Amino acid sequence: MGDGLDAADDAPLATSKHEFAAAEAVAGTLPGAKGATLTSRAVTINRPSADLFAYWRDFSNLPSFMDNVERIDVISSTRSHWVVKAPAGKTVEWDAVITEEVEGELIAWSSQEGADVPNSGRIEFRDAGARGTVVIVTILYDPPAGFIGKVVAKMFQREPAIQARGDLRRFKQLMETGEIATASRTRAQLEAEQN
Amino acid sequence: MRALTWHGKHDVRVDTVDDPEILNPRDAIIKITSTAICGSDLHLYDGYIPTMQAGDILGHEFMGEVVEVGAKSTLQKGQRVVVPFTIACGSCYHCGKHQYSACDNGLPADNQDIGQEMYGQPMSGLFGYSHLTGGYAGGQAEYVRVPFSDVGPIIIPDGVEDEKVLFLSDILPTGWMAAENADIEPGDTVAVWGCGPVGLFAVQSAFLMGAERVIAIDHFPHRLELAKKFGAETINFEETATYEALLQMTGGIGPDAVIDAVGLEAHGFFVDNVIDQIKASTFLGTDRIHSIRQAIIACRKGGRVSMPAVYGGFVDKFPLGAFMEKGLTLKTGQTHVQHYMPALLNAIMENKIDTTFLISHTLGLEDAPQGYKMFHDNQNEVTKVVLKPGLALAAE
Ligand SMILES: NC(=O)c1ccc[n+]([C@@H]2O[C@H](COP(=O)([O-])OP(=O)(O)OC[C@H]3O[C@@H](n4cnc5c(N)ncnc54)[C@H](O)[C@@H]3O)[C@@H](O)[C@H]2O)c1
Ligand SMILES: [Zn+2]
Ligand SMILES: [Zn+2]
Repeated sequence: MGDGLDAADDAPLATSKHEFAAAEAVAGTLPGAKGATLTSRAVTINRPSADLFAYWRDFSNLPSFMDNVERIDVISSTRSHWVVKAPAGKTVEWDAVITEEVEGELIAWSSQEGADVPNSGRIEFRDAGARGTVVIVTILYDPPAGFIGKVVAKMFQREPAIQARGDLRRFKQLMETGEIATASRTRAQLEAEQN
Repeated sequence: MRALTWHGKHDVRVDTVDDPEILNPRDAIIKITSTAICGSDLHLYDGYIPTMQAGDILGHEFMGEVVEVGAKSTLQKGQRVVVPFTIACGSCYHCGKHQYSACDNGLPADNQDIGQEMYGQPMSGLFGYSHLTGGYAGGQAEYVRVPFSDVGPIIIPDGVEDEKVLFLSDILPTGWMAAENADIEPGDTVAVWGCGPVGLFAVQSAFLMGAERVIAIDHFPHRLELAKKFGAETINFEETATYEALLQMTGGIGPDAVIDAVGLEAHGFFVDNVIDQIKASTFLGTDRIHSIRQAIIACRKGGRVSMPAVYGGFVDKFPLGAFMEKGLTLKTGQTHVQHYMPALLNAIMENKIDTTFLISHTLGLEDAPQGYKMFHDNQNEVTKVVLKPGLALAAE
């Protein structure tokens, strides 16, 4: 057996059992790739791709469903500054630049020098006919502080892969239902849940 | 407000908790006028359902008056509504197919992890039924917050008493869907395990769908009596060998369709059941599945199996061989309540279906713990307990 990818099948790279080789292969397809840990996820959203693309492309919208994002400052049409919650009340920050964009279909980004969490990735919007749009997110990142950081982050639901999973579900809820589901009974509970 | 809360196995209490508030645009707040204790609630009461937390408000069968609405709710204050126990968005792919209990958006995003891990996919939210199903507060309370109030609740015409329509929230559609899932053909014989509310509504529904004979199985004489009233033949499994009886009663063929309306707490001193009980209490296996095993063995070749009964985890000794060799079909699932409500409301209004026969006890909300105990300890006579927050404490 080699490092695995030579016997490749048709499955998405992020589902490969050969994590390092898969991350490297994805990095090869991303301009300015940053990060060595790969995660990806697909979700089908019952809305036209143009609507989803437009909402996502306006980065100031993203904190409405990205739980961990404290704020995103839009600096120019391709550059933004991200402030993201980290475990133990800390925050991590980086500048992201759009490296590729196909209207209605694809946005790729990469973090710039000095990022606390070097990362890059792409989001694709593929027309799925009567089912709406398949949204596929692929992210490469370096976990906050090595492996230990990843374990701790996981406990706090701040691990980027877990976070991406929740964010995509909330994005789907917002786009399909106009709101984000909560089981809270009172406003005070809802606020506690959101912190 | 006052609300019935779960604190552990056989420990439910009426506590004072904060009133619910409108949190999302499609929400409504309902003032409860009637709410029922369900067979499914007994699974919580007996501690069989994981992810319960102390203080959780129970109750998924309820109705009441709209007292507050969010900006996007289509309800109006003062309307009387019955609320489906499944929390579904109405706008996802599954809701579009009327598979409401498979709604993609009923659960808060973080609650979806559990279902994804356990079942491969998260399901819809449910009221008052553990954090696996969202952790939503239930309706055994004075007030409840109802999400997606523009697609779930059904408006009840004035002058129709609560008792006639309350069961649209769960057990009537569940019994109906159980019969529908049995794909009944004219002339069929249908066997129903369990004469609780779900089984009894399945009996009524099966006849309405053209079954020639329905055979109802239980061990509580009073419940069997009710099944008989609707035209079913009965088998008391404590007195009779069920499989042998079913074969003889069907000329050696077996029932064309079988319905398991018992679920993960099957009663009876059957060898497999006792082993299941030991395993369940030692967490080696979770579900006691005597009734579904027997249903599969009794079913005729090429027949249909419908399983409204709730199972949550893994099972042992599922007769997969019999299932395959006889070429059976199985349909199951949490009920797509929203899909069935309008037609069943019509059937009630036209007196085609009676639901009031089921209610054996009506109590005030403060008496809810007593209601749970009665329903748990005396299933023969206690067929359904309805709680009314407006009703004063029962006299001592
Ligand atoms: N699919 C759904 O959406 C849905 C909705 C509501 C209820 N349920 C489930 O349906 C099932 C029945 O609900 P219910 O409210 O009628 O409950 P219930 O507890 O009132 O009735 C169950 C009946 O089964 C009988 N029984 C027990 N062991 C038996 C056996 N071995 N053979 C034959 N009968 C046996 C009991 O004596 C009892 O009368 C439960 O599992 C409940 O969780 C499912
Ligand atoms: Zn119920
Ligand atoms: Zn839905």
